[in-house]
Amino acid sequence: MTTEQVNPAPRHDNQDPALFGQTPSQTVGPFFHYGLPWKGGADLVGQSEMGARPELFPEEHYVLNLSPPRGAVSGEVITLEGVVYDADGKPIPDAMIEIWQANAAGRYASPDDNRAEIPLDEGFVGFGRASTDETGLYRFKTVRPGAVPGPGNSLQAPHIAVGVFGRGLIKRLVTRVYFEDASQNAEDPILALVPAERRDTLIARKVGGVWRFDIVLQGERETVFFDV
Amino acid sequence: MTLILPYAREDAGQPPSLFPGYASTVARSPRQPLVKIPHTLTETTGPAGQWENLMGSSLADLTAQHKGTPQGQRIVVSGRVLDENGRPVPNTVMEIWQANAAGRYIHKKDQWDAPLDPNFTGAGRVVTDSEGRYQYVTIRPGAYPWGNHHNAWRPSHIHLSLLGPAFASRIVTQMYFPDDPLIEIDPIANAVPMPYRDRMVSRFDIETTKPNWALGYLFDVVLRGRDATPTEDDHHDD
Ligand SMILES: [Fe+2]
Repeated sequence: MTTEQVNPAPRHDNQDPALFGQTPSQTVGPFFHYGLPWKGGADLVGQSEMGARPELFPEEHYVLNLSPPRGAVSGEVITLEGVVYDADGKPIPDAMIEIWQANAAGRYASPDDNRAEIPLDEGFVGFGRASTDETGLYRFKTVRPGAVPGPGNSLQAPHIAVGVFGRGLIKRLVTRVYFEDASQNAEDPILALVPAERRDTLIARKVGGVWRFDIVLQGERETVFFDV
Repeated sequence: MTLILPYAREDAGQPPSLFPGYASTVARSPRQPLVKIPHTLTETTGPAGQWENLMGSSLADLTAQHKGTPQGQRIVVSGRVLDENGRPVPNTVMEIWQANAAGRYIHKKDQWDAPLDPNFTGAGRVVTDSEGRYQYVTIRPGAYPWGNHHNAWRPSHIHLSLLGPAFASRIVTQMYFPDDPLIEIDPIANAVPMPYRDRMVSRFDIETTKPNWALGYLFDVVLRGRDATPTEDDHHDD
């Protein structure tokens, strides 16, 4: 005997045309380390294992990528680091930071940046991912980006786009890193949209050879986050 | 001058950052208003198609990463990645991580007293084909308790992470199962207002169910789409 197999009656779910629209954001939770931050994810120029937390799960369960070989990258290699804090000033050990940036010449390695006259660097993608450690610290090795075009005829000062994820973050928080010694900051069209008294939360400072950029999720000196 | 095609903004289905029912959001969400900025080249670009140089190529069978077969109900999850205009997003990466059949994560900080499965890691990724389609094989994750409130249990879920074409299209979400009563009382799922919460509930599907092998579930991911026409600079583009 055969019975025709049909699906159950449709429901209000992911496949319901009446509900079609942006998939809602959800938290990464506390246990993302074996699934997202691969070895080398935070090293945009070399082949170190920066970014991963392999001590948080057994070695035989490491199925993430390893940093691939890279070509020579032009520009100034920098270290960017900081601590992610909560409202009580406590460091957050289960956050994840992503960055996206142009190369030293100011070109994004993206099909949507088609300014062929500006060179790309082979092997430099400009995307990075870092877990925070037990002290809430994240650290990237990258190059200092060049300036990129802004709205109209404006120029954006060198900057790095940042996404913050973690347990307790239902959706990504977006901010930007600018560099304190960049002359273009004064003309930057995005910084100009930020209340003057809060702008310095977006400025990385050079401390002992590394660029320091703490991220404060709430409270005094709360980092400016963007609606993008 | 560079032509900028901005992306749509969040729609009504996106949750707030502060949702006190999910207790950890209280000290981890900003109180100052977000500063709205126009989309520039920074937001409309992204590392599309460079997955090999980043998180890596496809790893689509989470049941075949170890010597033996993992415990639990084998499932095949398939669907498409689309933008909100209904256009497929080809060659885009979806990262996947989840608990095992007993609801336990391989993570050392998961101290719940449910068994680990030596044959199950629970992490993988897929890259969509030219029509935005993907498929992966895994086991159905179990529910697990958490410390949010008395007797709190998370519904079964699979964590999903997508970058899409641009910084603006980035999304991390969770996929739920249609027969799970815990969804209704889960603060994380309910941070998304109804009816939009139901966008995260997969559908059982007999067509993709493989006889004598695995149950099929369907789940499409919808990324933010680009506005059809440039809204700035087009009148004085050279
Ligand atoms: Fe989870």
